[in-house]
This record gives sequence, structure tokens and C-alpha cells, in this order.
Amino acid sequence: MAFNYDQYLRLEKMPTLWCWGCGDGVILKAFIRAVDKLGIGQDDMCVVSGIGCSGRFSSYVDFNTVHTTHGRTIAYATGIKLANPSKYVVCVAGDGDALAIGGNHTIHGCRRNIDITMIVIQNFIYGLTNSQTSPTTPQGMWTVTQKAGNIDPTFDACELAIAAGASFVGRETVNAPKKMEKMITQALEHRGFSFVELNSNCHINLGRKNKMVSAMENLDWIDSITVSKRKYDTLPPEEQMNLLPTGILKQDTEVREYCDMYQDIIDVHQGKRGKITQDDFVKKI
Amino acid sequence: MATREVISTGNELSAIAAVDAGCEFFGGYPLTPSSEVMHVLSDLLPKVGGVSIQMEDEIAGICAVIGASMVGQRAMTATSGPGISLKAENLGLAQMAEVPLVCVNVMRGGPSTGLPTRVSQGDVAQAKNPSHGDYKSITLCAGNLAECYTETVRAFNLADRFMQPVFVLLDETLGHMHGKAEIPTAEAVKAGIVPRKKFDGPADEYFPYEAAQDEPAVLNPMYEGYRYHFTGLHHDKNGFPTEEIHTCKALIERLFNKVEAHEDELESYEEFMMDDAEVMIIAYGSVSLAAKESIRHLRDEGIKAGLFRPITLWPSPVDAIRKWTSKIDKVLCVELNIGQYHDEIQRASGRLDIEELFKVNGRPISPYEIVNKVKEL
Repeated sequence: MAFNYDQYLRLEKMPTLWCWGCGDGVILKAFIRAVDKLGIGQDDMCVVSGIGCSGRFSSYVDFNTVHTTHGRTIAYATGIKLANPSKYVVCVAGDGDALAIGGNHTIHGCRRNIDITMIVIQNFIYGLTNSQTSPTTPQGMWTVTQKAGNIDPTFDACELAIAAGASFVGRETVNAPKKMEKMITQALEHRGFSFVELNSNCHINLGRKNKMVSAMENLDWIDSITVSKRKYDTLPPEEQMNLLPTGILKQDTEVREYCDMYQDIIDVHQGKRGKITQDDFVKKI
Repeated sequence: MATREVISTGNELSAIAAVDAGCEFFGGYPLTPSSEVMHVLSDLLPKVGGVSIQMEDEIAGICAVIGASMVGQRAMTATSGPGISLKAENLGLAQMAEVPLVCVNVMRGGPSTGLPTRVSQGDVAQAKNPSHGDYKSITLCAGNLAECYTETVRAFNLADRFMQPVFVLLDETLGHMHGKAEIPTAEAVKAGIVPRKKFDGPADEYFPYEAAQDEPAVLNPMYEGYRYHFTGLHHDKNGFPTEEIHTCKALIERLFNKVEAHEDELESYEEFMMDDAEVMIIAYGSVSLAAKESIRHLRDEGIKAGLFRPITLWPSPVDAIRKWTSKIDKVLCVELNIGQYHDEIQRASGRLDIEELFKVNGRPISPYEIVNKVKEL
């Protein structure tokens, strides 16, 4: 029997404002299936989104939902999580939201390793505001702010998350909905900061002047620039350079989660344990 | 009200007040001259099971505070002018989504980096409208050490009553002043806490933003079975984005009305030797301490001066200002800025001849400067 999404959707908000053929809907469905698979109660989760097409994600799903200012999802989510660490907190942000205006919060959310699942819907462009350059727009592509061709270097968001200390980092694409569902499930199960980059299509705003005017053309392009981590690792550097590896890129279950560590601070102040010292940590610097 | 005597600083008293008022969450970023508020709360909050977190920047500080408040906690941040400038957009979200919080601003010289370690009252106008858009700010201003405590307590209660951010203005002089203060006991403060309103009917009958036109939203804590939506967009009774013209108009008008219709609950000011006054000095914050001292000297010399000290700066005590300024000819406004509240006094009084004594070099105003100015009038 086909999966029934209705329980988790705010049906009165349908149809979404996402364009025909947009990958965001595929991500929405994968997310719902993951939550359902884990049996997480709708009252036990908070979904926080920012600004952009991805920003509307929170208004479509029937959880406790927060639509924040541009780039600040993790900062809001940090307060939400610390105020009640027993609940699930999920951030949904776009590439502009998470990597440009909100880049600082992304770095420090990863560094704290607070138990938040961050889903970055990465479509290589500013969609909602009509085709401005994003930090992930490939060099040489047309954008409305760089009509002569984008000269701004891109960067790999997952590499950033790994370097900043996220304990779970992975990437999938909307071409593989089942794999996305599995990755979101694993990210939700992981205790610590999980960073999930989901590559999505925007044939309307990325594709329109970059020879990908249909969803299929845009999806084919995503397929051509992504490869499983297993295969990626066998490739020479000159081939790796223009490919994004998919799958789980890092998972560390040893490193401690931030709310757990904060409990130590509470315990110190309440006289339940001695002061925290460098000896309490394996990696100190 | 039962009281106690303490020896402390303004910043520390503000922090102690937060914990006594039931604050469970502090999020902030170091900023002179406010940092001691966070220093103290980083010890006091975990002691009561709360959280004090130093975030990566000022913006993250206010965002985390808003998040904790959405979950239902009393939450606070503290900063100074540059921090308010950075927090402004998210303070706007808290106004729009009606999320209560307390924001302490220990004022220093501005604009920009200004005079980080020196006193100013340059953020009074900023406190009225830190963020873009239309809303009505609530701003309290401590005038002595004890009020660093009592106004912080009052701010928490008003935030939950009006469901919006409440500013507490200290200044560098008060924040770092060390001395004796008589403040209410923690028990007395706890007894006076009025918790946020909650809806306890069935979830399908709950409309968080469906409030009377002069009342705030009723926002239940998260995770209690009342799932709704927070947004900075114009929103409907469930909190969902809308552009419907009547809903948009009613929402913004209500953000104004909920404060304007209840100004009597907010009004607070002190009248010092005003009964027989022939010269009215208007001052607030640490400047009012110098003003009081100057009045004693002036009276020794036979000049009947008195002080009117607004404690709630926004909304301003219009009726009281008008009452006194219509009776007294000589009115002098003394501020550590170039007339940010002077403008409001002129507006409230309907007079354009309010005298001024302003200072913006980072130094306090001495009683003798005020004495000399009054003699010139």
C-alpha cells in the first residue's frame, strides 16, 4: 500500500509554493517517511526553517514549527534544544541560508556537536529570489547577479561541516529518494550534530540560462556531478575535483553531545561532581 | 514587600534579578560594558538547572533566547548598543511573533564602536525602534543600583504579560557602580511572578494569535500538544503566513494596541522634590543621581528645583510630563546624548522651549554642571 503522508502534512497549506518539478517536495516526503519509520511523535519534534524556498518547509509539516529569519535556523534551534534536550530538533535550510548568511552558525553548530539534525537543501542557486549567485553556484554558470558568468569560487559544504566538528555528515540527492530517506533516518537517530546535504534541482532559476530548463535535465546534471563515496575514493584527484561524493562521509559516535556536556556544568554548580578539567577530554585543542 | 541589603554592582544585580524572576536561559556574546551580566549568570543559572550559553555572535545570542522562550522558558540576553544593532532583525521577529524575552542594554558611547568603556545614554532612541517595521517597544530604565534589580524583575513580568521583548536600559556608570542597595527578597519576587497565559482547552479550538484587538497572543509552550507555527511573516490566527489585507492590518494594529491600551500597567516615574518646584529637571538613568545631588545644592542656594525621572521610557509617561510642564516654566532636560529623550519631552509637553544639557564625550555629568546650567536659565 502506498505511504499516506496526510497525518504529517498541513493539508490546508497545500499546494506548496514550490515550482512544478521542484526537488524540495521529494525531500519533504523522504523526511516524513523517515520520521514515520522512527515513530517520532509529532509533538516531540520541532522543525526550524530559515528564509528561501526551503524556509516554507516548516509551514507544511505538522510539528512544532518555527520559520526564522534568514540564516539563523541553528541559532534558534540551539535555544530550542537546550530548553528541552529530550525532544528532536530539525533545521531545514537552503544553501544561501546555511552557507552564506548563516555560515557562522553552521560552523558553530557543528563545533558544539549539539543534537540537531540539519538538512541543507542545496540547489546551487538562490531560488525564491530569482537566480542570484549562491556560495555553491558552480563557477562559469550564469546567474542574475553574474550574467557574464559566475567567478566566485564554490566550496564543499560537507567538507566544512566535517572540519568544523559535526559528528554526522552525509550527502544524497533527490535522484535517490530512498537513500535520502535512509540518510535522514540515520541522521535523526544519531546523537550529536548531523549535517545532511541534499542536492536538489532548480530548473527554473539555475537551469533557465544554464541549459537545464526542464527538471529532468537539471536532475541529469546533478547525477553527473555526484558519485558514491566508495567510488569517489578510488578516483584520481583531477577527477574528484569536479565531483561531490554521496553517502555517509563521517560518523563519530564517540564525541560527546553538547546538552550532555552542559549537564556536567550543571552538576559542577550543584555540587554533584568536581570541576571539569582537561583530563575529561580526549581531544583538547 | 520584604527587602534585603546587598553590596553589589548594577550588572550583577541585574543577573541576580533574572534568576530570582525565574529566568532559565541566557544566551549572549561578550560586550563591554555588559559582560558581567553573563559572567554572573554562567554561575547562577546552572545552579538552578538553567542554561547560560555564550553564542558565536550577538545575533545567535538573541536567536537562542527567542528559541528557549518559544519552548516556554523565561529567557534573557544582555549586551550594549553595538549588540542591539546586530540583534535588531531578530528582536523584530520577537515583536512580530510575540515571543517574550528580556534584553538588558548597558549603554556605552556610540555610534559604532564608540567609547566601549565609557558611559552614554545614546541608545534611548534605538530602544524605541531597534528593528524595521511598526510595533511598540517597552523600555525600562534603571536609575540607581536597586532598580538594576527591580526593573529587571519587572521586565520579566511585563514580557510575559505583553508577549514581546522588554528592554532594560542600564548605563556603564550604573552597570559598574559598586555599592549598597536595598532590594526585595528572592521570595518576595517569586511570589510576585505572573506566569505567561496558557490555553488549556482542546487543541482544535486553539488559535494562538486570535486575541482581542488590545491583547497579546496566547502562545502555549512547545511540545504540549498544541502544534502551531511561529513566523516573522504577517500571519493568521494560527500563525501561518498570510497576505490577506484585513488580517495584516489587524495584526500590526494589535501589536500597537496591546501596549497602548494598557499604558497604565507600564507607567513608572519618580517625582523628587517636585511639589514646590519652580525649575523642573528631567533626567533618567545614572544622570538622575547627579541631578538629585544638584537639586540639594540648588535648594541650599534658594533655587527651588525638582526632578522628574521617567523609569518606563517607552511608552513615555505623557500625562505626567504634560502635567508638570504645563505648570512649570523652566524645564531642563539632562541627558548623555544629544537630546534623544528631549525630543520626546517636547512632543509630550507640546512645548518647543525645553532647555537642554547634553554631554557626549563618555564622561558622566557632574552635579555642578547641572547647578551652573540651572542658574543660567
